[in-house]
Amino acid sequence: MTELGDRVAVLVPAWNEVRNVGHTVEEIRSADPLYDVIVIDDGSVDGTASAAQEAGAEVLVLPFNLGVGGAMRTGFTFADRRGYRRAIQVDADGQHNPEHIRLVLDGLERADISIGARFADVGDYSVRGPRKWAMVFLAFVVSRVAGVRLTDVTSGFRAANQRAIRQYVRYYPAEYLGDTLDSLVEAVHSGLTVTQVPVAMRPRMHGKPSQNVIGSTVYLVRSVFAISLALMRGALRRRPRA
Amino acid sequence: MIVPVGIAFALIILALIVTMLMRRHLREKYAVMWLLIGAAMLVLALFPDLLGALAGLLGVIVPSNLLFALAVALLIGVTLHLSWELSRAEEEIRRVAEEVAILRAEVERLQASIDEASASPSGEAEDRDGPPVS
Repeated sequence: MTELGDRVAVLVPAWNEVRNVGHTVEEIRSADPLYDVIVIDDGSVDGTASAAQEAGAEVLVLPFNLGVGGAMRTGFTFADRRGYRRAIQVDADGQHNPEHIRLVLDGLERADISIGARFADVGDYSVRGPRKWAMVFLAFVVSRVAGVRLTDVTSGFRAANQRAIRQYVRYYPAEYLGDTLDSLVEAVHSGLTVTQVPVAMRPRMHGKPSQNVIGSTVYLVRSVFAISLALMRGALRRRPRA
Repeated sequence: MIVPVGIAFALIILALIVTMLMRRHLREKYAVMWLLIGAAMLVLALFPDLLGALAGLLGVIVPSNLLFALAVALLIGVTLHLSWELSRAEEEIRRVAEEVAILRAEVERLQASIDEASASPSGEAEDRDGPPVS
């Protein structure tokens, strides 16, 4: 499977996104003919899979909901077996501008993982309260671990080269926030490099994001829990080597 | 009166475990633990004085407290073990589900290319198969 050359696997995890997914797939495909859109239907019950298929995506249908982590691991495994050398995760809800895929992919020239960051002075993405604290705190911690200044470590808009894809296939946790945080920390611990690219986010086309105070407090607590576990794992793994 | 009831209860538990094992409703790795628990219950039911002696030896004033403490420790161990097994089983199920999704996509792709290949030499025959007219 070496004839893929420079083709890029655009992985789109989708769960009950029938209203957004078709449009998103079409937009991605028209952004660049090199993009192969692979939608991972995460146990949807609303016809997401057929909508994506009609729009021209290859669809992986999970038999039940596994969460973003499971969906992405499926996508990375598929991309690796097909022989793609670059893969990028794009949300199905249209928040990630397909025009920016190229920018995030360009980041792979500098590092193994490239994150499209929402806060890097571009666009008007803003959050408040506990969710904001959580994001700032997490960015600070992961930046320390990675040795690079990162501002948005929970972004789902991220690209991986072949080394990173293989790492993800080996370890892509299914836990809450594991898909973004833990996978990143683990990748850094196993020697991969990370960079970030500033991108602007668009509002969701349909449906609204969950952002109430209780929800974001729970988010804060769970993210601190997740990052602590990830860091402890790293510390335990490194000790024998040092 | 209480002694035969205890013995009967222990025997019933042991019989249940063995039956489940024979019917393959219980995997060996769980059965060993339960068999040990059942055996301990039987021993205590047969020799109730043993509990008092053991409590005296360990410095527990009320023998039944020793029994409770042991039971609590044991049950914590059992539930922890089950949670662990369940987490492992969940992870395995997830892996299998991911594999199924990938294989399904591959099969559909193969099916499509087979259909294409078989349709191209006699392309017109396939087209006539419209939906049934009611």
